[in-house]
Amino acid sequence: MAVSPAAAADTDRAGTGDQRPRSRRSGRRRTALAFWAFTGPFLAGLAVFTVVPVAWSAYLSFFDATNTVTPLSEDFVGFGNYTRMLQDQAFLDSLVTFSVFAAFIVPLTFACSLGLALLLDRVRFARAFFRSVFFLPFACSYVVASLVWKMSIFNGVRYGLANAVLDLFGVDDVAWLFNPDPPWYWLVIVSLRLWIQCGFYMILFIAALQQIPAHLYEAAYVDGAKPGRQTFWHITLPQLRATSVAVVMLILIAAYQAFDEFVNLIGNQAYARPPLVYLYYTALGTQQDLGRGSAGALILALIIAIVTLLQGRLLGFGNKEGR
Amino acid sequence: MSAMTTAKTRPGYEPGLGSKGARAANLVILSVLAVLFLVPFYLIVRNAFATDAEITAPGWMWFPSAPSWENLPNLFADPAVPMARSLVNSAVVAVASTAGTLLLCTTAGYGLARIPYRHADKVFYAVLATLMIPSAVTFVPSFVMVSSLGWISDFRGLIIPTLFNGFVAFLCRQYFLGFPRELEEAARVDGLGYWGSFWRIVIPNSGNFLAAIAVITFVGAWNSFLWPLVIGRSPDSWTVQVALSTFLTAQTVSLSQLFLAALVAIFPLVFVFLFLQRFLVQGVAQTGLKG
Repeated sequence: MAVSPAAAADTDRAGTGDQRPRSRRSGRRRTALAFWAFTGPFLAGLAVFTVVPVAWSAYLSFFDATNTVTPLSEDFVGFGNYTRMLQDQAFLDSLVTFSVFAAFIVPLTFACSLGLALLLDRVRFARAFFRSVFFLPFACSYVVASLVWKMSIFNGVRYGLANAVLDLFGVDDVAWLFNPDPPWYWLVIVSLRLWIQCGFYMILFIAALQQIPAHLYEAAYVDGAKPGRQTFWHITLPQLRATSVAVVMLILIAAYQAFDEFVNLIGNQAYARPPLVYLYYTALGTQQDLGRGSAGALILALIIAIVTLLQGRLLGFGNKEGR
Repeated sequence: MSAMTTAKTRPGYEPGLGSKGARAANLVILSVLAVLFLVPFYLIVRNAFATDAEITAPGWMWFPSAPSWENLPNLFADPAVPMARSLVNSAVVAVASTAGTLLLCTTAGYGLARIPYRHADKVFYAVLATLMIPSAVTFVPSFVMVSSLGWISDFRGLIIPTLFNGFVAFLCRQYFLGFPRELEEAARVDGLGYWGSFWRIVIPNSGNFLAAIAVITFVGAWNSFLWPLVIGRSPDSWTVQVALSTFLTAQTVSLSQLFLAALVAIFPLVFVFLFLQRFLVQGVAQTGLKG
């Protein structure tokens, strides 16, 4: 904040014109009151619907809590749920599925959205139209996109778009989603998410590209840098650093939450089941095993926290200039 | 020629101007990509107005010869999936959660950004810490909470837990930090307190930002699937996404009906998008998402 709290409190008091000795405290109290009036409702809700549930879930994770949210003390199992989850092959497989998914989606989304932004930045014709077209899929839900991908593009039969195109080249029909070997389902899942989210990150990159000062390119030109590859690697990319870090973080955070397209495209199949789908069926499916579900959620949260911190370190989240 | 005329404003050493060939290639690539990006929308429309026999015919059909509207009444009359009810539910949930989120998050963001309370920074870091908890990981504990409140299959359960969005509050704080202080000081001189200057000065001057936040929240609420799936246990409380997913996994309805349902589900948002896109793009660009 630009103005120190004390100085701001002083200007407040000047407006009200109270006597000096009492007003310092009453001004401060009034400031505190105003602060809590503005933030209180939000903070209370955040506590009730985020902090308390997480704490409650941590408590449940130490109990054999099947079909109940208030387990009895004799159901206490200590770290039993945690060891069971860590030995549970299905849970471990789901972590592998997630890692493969992230390995595809993070670099691809980054490259595609940056590529679209660069293409759009150069075009002088119908720019707003192209921007709208690439951004429009962001309005589409994962459920609707899954429906199109599963029933019309990659449905594995002759009238599906992908197979109709392959047909032109004389390639036999591919089952896409329903045959885990070879794993063509990754193409379906990854292309769906790319289609939905590239436009959004593209907008962020366009905004950042427009803020790169033109004199940097002028200076590079004077120094003999060739416009194109050289200016991209030595000017554009370094100047996009802050945005790039934020975009990678956002893509990864969104990838952790991948649920909608997996459930709607593949369902509860072991070969492509990310952690959230597994936890959903564990905690809220027929078993309603909230103890194990909570333990799994906390293990996942811990992994995410560690990866986020490591990534922050690697990409140097702290040492960027400005906001 | 054109390179010469643009050279005045955009000199040749800028990244934007390559040779004529490079620019043409750029345009061609963009056009091909644009067509690819529109294909799914085209398929939704094509399939929604075709018959099942046309969709599954072996030869490729570009567009149904006789577009039929017959599916529309059938869709809403289908007893298996309450389409009309789910649209109403989605609308109620999306509008209420957008309004509620805006109210709660702008006030909180303003308080965090502009009221010089001693512990404001500590409170802000606490809010930031909750952002580190990925919201999807909290769905099991939140379900526990909501079910013990008795809000399962209930609008309260669908709406209230989604209102306290730490991310939106964070965006609002970043935005208000950059709001011109002079405007507020003028209000202060006129005798307005924090509350008065917030409602009479800050909010009326933040139209673009509020529109962007509102559209993002609305899109998120309308398209949200996991939380409505967890909470909406009875068909009466399904949102349109849950209804569609049920349609999709049940696979008992006709293909054309399925795609018509998808068309109905995306229509409100595409509409909103086409008209508010300008605000959205500006807003996303200026929300402080820059990092």
